[in-house]
Amino acid sequence: MRAEPQTITGLSRALAAREVTAELVTERCLQAIAAQNGALNAFIRVFADEAREQARQADAEIARGRSRGPLHGVPISLKDLIDVRGVPTTAASRVREGHVAARDATVVARLRAAGAVLVGKTNLHEFALGTTNEDSAFGPARHPLDPTRSPGGSSGGSAASVLARMAYGSIGSDTGGSIRIPSAACGLVGFKPTLGAVPTDGVVPLSTTMDHVGPLCRSVEDAQIVFDVLRGASPLPPPARDARGLRLGRLREYFVALLDPEVAAAFDAACARLREAGANIVDVSIPHAGDIASIYLHIVLSEAAAYHAVTLEHRADDYTPNVRLRLEMGRYILAEDYVRALRGREVLTAEVDAALDGCDGLLLPALAIPAPTIGAETVRVGGADEPVRNVMLRLTQLFNITGHPAITVPCGATADRLPVGAQIVGRRGADAELLAAARALEPHLGPGVSR
Amino acid sequence: MTIKLWLEHALQDADRRGLPALRPLLEALARATSALRNADWNPDATGQFDAHAR
Repeated sequence: MRAEPQTITGLSRALAAREVTAELVTERCLQAIAAQNGALNAFIRVFADEAREQARQADAEIARGRSRGPLHGVPISLKDLIDVRGVPTTAASRVREGHVAARDATVVARLRAAGAVLVGKTNLHEFALGTTNEDSAFGPARHPLDPTRSPGGSSGGSAASVLARMAYGSIGSDTGGSIRIPSAACGLVGFKPTLGAVPTDGVVPLSTTMDHVGPLCRSVEDAQIVFDVLRGASPLPPPARDARGLRLGRLREYFVALLDPEVAAAFDAACARLREAGANIVDVSIPHAGDIASIYLHIVLSEAAAYHAVTLEHRADDYTPNVRLRLEMGRYILAEDYVRALRGREVLTAEVDAALDGCDGLLLPALAIPAPTIGAETVRVGGADEPVRNVMLRLTQLFNITGHPAITVPCGATADRLPVGAQIVGRRGADAELLAAARALEPHLGPGVSR
Repeated sequence: MTIKLWLEHALQDADRRGLPALRPLLEALARATSALRNADWNPDATGQFDAHAR
């Protein structure tokens, strides 16, 4: 047999052609977990026996000519805030001790129906309220390229699992950037679909009006495959696009004001390559971009505080200290200010729609800094020391407020080989069109980072 | 409630609950709330400051 492919797309073809077996590639993933999880802390729970059985079943079905589609026999990991029947959903918190999920989340049921092999549940920032994965009851997940650094968060274990080849893709959640931030930090493709395109039932909420579920993968085509399964609809024929002639609205001002110089250089170089490939890049603006952070904060903390109110009263010490304090903040927000934030959401949504008018997508960096060092509280950008969390959320949270689909694609690396990601944003409901554009741009943006 | 009064109450409550570490976060929240209230898209009951009326 040939060496196993590295992408879902390649593996799917190889499995269908019976060039590899699901059992073999699953065993490779389990070996990678056994060898590296002690250092990376990417997984909270590993489904070794179940995964082997699912892989054997997939091989048997494929041998009988019964294909369940392109995820059949493909090892996938799940962020541990997604319910899997019969096992705990920890959300990386002691608050969840004793929990056992009564049923599968809809996205898990869809993955099972598609024949995916579920290898385990990944580490995260406690209750998804953070961007570094440092505040976890299970300890921090670590970056596979440099274990002194964070893989980003909150889906940090998911990103580490894909980069370290412990899984071919992972399912994460994204409330302010929690799929796109770790994907950018780890040189992966991370896709946050349109708000509501993928069901969130059976997924521990952070902010019920901004939570999204989506894939972290190694290519845009892989993200399309996983997204089609998660949304539960027959795949739409992706509209074929070419980079030549694509019109991209590049966001400037607020969106480039606080960028690490190496991130800025990599992004600018990627833009130059896109232009060489024939893309038409024009500058567009979001007039009220300066209000993004305050609007986001009032929505996310109010909604999170409502969900956590009872446990904050009775089990406050079971939260990690930083997450507890952030949740407590939300309990002080006045209803009138939450309503103001909802009005601000309408303003920003209209402005993103307007920026997209006449464009195939918006283009901006995904993450303003390279993967931060674990323990760093501030980072130097724009001539000032800024809180790491604020800087990491800065470029992604807008599209959780507005619900527009957004994808990060690798676009280069720093001198230390830390990945840099570009973010492309599409029209609400036009996920297939965004993925088609991203697929056309992907070869020109730059190489991903592999180990 | 004004931001100033709200912050005074919030800080007192955090101290009463034994959460002095919450003070800087509440002060940051007060700044964010002030920005939110001062945004030019906020409607006003007089109608004179409604963004759609300008």
